[in-house]
Amino acid sequence: MAFLIPCPNCGERGVTEFRFGGEVNPRPAPSASSDEWTSYFYRRGNTSGLQTEWWYHRYGCRKWFLAKRDTTTNQVTETRWP
Amino acid sequence: MMQLFRKDRMWTPRPLKSRYDVVIIGAGVHGLATAYYLTKLGITDIAVLDKSYIGAGASARSTAILRANYITAEGIPFFRESLKLYETLSQDLDFNLMFDQMGRLDLGHTDSAVYGLRVRAEFNQMLGVDSSIIGPDEIKDLVPAINLRTGQTLPIMAALYHPPAGTIRHDAVVWAYGRGADHGGAQIHPFTEVTGFLRDGNRVTGVQTPVGPIHAGTVLSATAGWSSTIAAMLGIKIPIVTHPLQAMVTEPLKPFIDKTLSSANLHVYVYQTDRGEVVIGGGVDPYPSYSHRSTLHQMQDLAAHVLEMLPCLREVKVMRQWTGLCDMSPDYAPIMGPLDGIEGFYMTAGWGTWGFKAGPIGGKSMAEFIVTGKTPDLIKHFGLDRFRTGRLVNERAAAPAAAIH
Repeated sequence: MAFLIPCPNCGERGVTEFRFGGEVNPRPAPSASSDEWTSYFYRRGNTSGLQTEWWYHRYGCRKWFLAKRDTTTNQVTETRWP
Repeated sequence: MMQLFRKDRMWTPRPLKSRYDVVIIGAGVHGLATAYYLTKLGITDIAVLDKSYIGAGASARSTAILRANYITAEGIPFFRESLKLYETLSQDLDFNLMFDQMGRLDLGHTDSAVYGLRVRAEFNQMLGVDSSIIGPDEIKDLVPAINLRTGQTLPIMAALYHPPAGTIRHDAVVWAYGRGADHGGAQIHPFTEVTGFLRDGNRVTGVQTPVGPIHAGTVLSATAGWSSTIAAMLGIKIPIVTHPLQAMVTEPLKPFIDKTLSSANLHVYVYQTDRGEVVIGGGVDPYPSYSHRSTLHQMQDLAAHVLEMLPCLREVKVMRQWTGLCDMSPDYAPIMGPLDGIEGFYMTAGWGTWGFKAGPIGGKSMAEFIVTGKTPDLIKHFGLDRFRTGRLVNERAAAPAAAIH
């Protein structure tokens, strides 16, 4: 469903102005094991519920930020700069 | 005449036992097909559990197109066998599934798209799937209503023609597999949600439900869009992201197209049903979600794109719009088999936007896997370990509806 995202810079805008950038997934150290890299590349929490994720305001300020979203309702409860 | 009033129930409600040989989570096409083929292999002590009614999830929301014109050497034989099973499924299950092999055109509007279609044609022919490249004149002959877009942006340059593709009454497939499984001895328990697992170390020994624990020799998860939530109950993250896919259907019209059409460049696919309604499907939403609500934005997109191809639809009203959840895998291929380090548990997932086409062979393969404990040849490339070893199956080019995610 379509929903609104409060961009920390521009305020509340429609989701079609934004690009989804994936759930927060920190990059391992270069020396990390092959299994940790497999997790980084492929394994996802894909949470049903509250999830912290990256969003990019493509047709606005063109800044990346973090949003907390309930994936069952698409309600964005919090946005902040990284 | 008496047969008009069906005396035999499709399936019989039975009391839930505390133990089964096999417990299947998810009563959609994959779960019920697996149960059906298990009964054919002599395993009859089966319970199929679903948190909702039978075929409530992705099976009910599929746009019901069947085809086998994939691109990889791993994917083509798998979907070819599925289409073969679909061809005789009405007879096998003694249920009219209204299978219509109307044929399909995958349209190419750019040189690179046509290159991809050529590769698919070559691979398909090599692996025994009937498909070939045709030009604009032949496309116009097959679909007179089409706008070839000559002289416009994205002109239709060629198409991959796949005659055995078709559509089927998707709900009936689910019901017929359910009936077949029930008659073979399996039990179907709708509205019985799995909330956790019973474990003995690394071994799954059953499932937890609101009505109590159920012990099982083997547990299979066939929950498509909800696969990650099942894996999370085992403390495992899998390479799946759940994206909604939206489709819509117009008011009924006189028959005017008898092919399914798909365009990766225009992000739209379309066909006319037996009732005359025009089914229009599109890409997955570009963000993951577990919400089943559809959007005005996607309806506008689908309408705009289908009119580029079929301008004759411009005055036609949209009747319904809906959403299904797709368990997208990174390489657009399924993930079938055990999870790393867990015994007594199998998962069939990664069905994205191509799961319904694979229902029969997916169920048959998982049934064989459960009975023999050995990976069937047809699915040996679809194991979860491929993400660790880097042997991905790149099926992206043949899944145009999904390629946006």
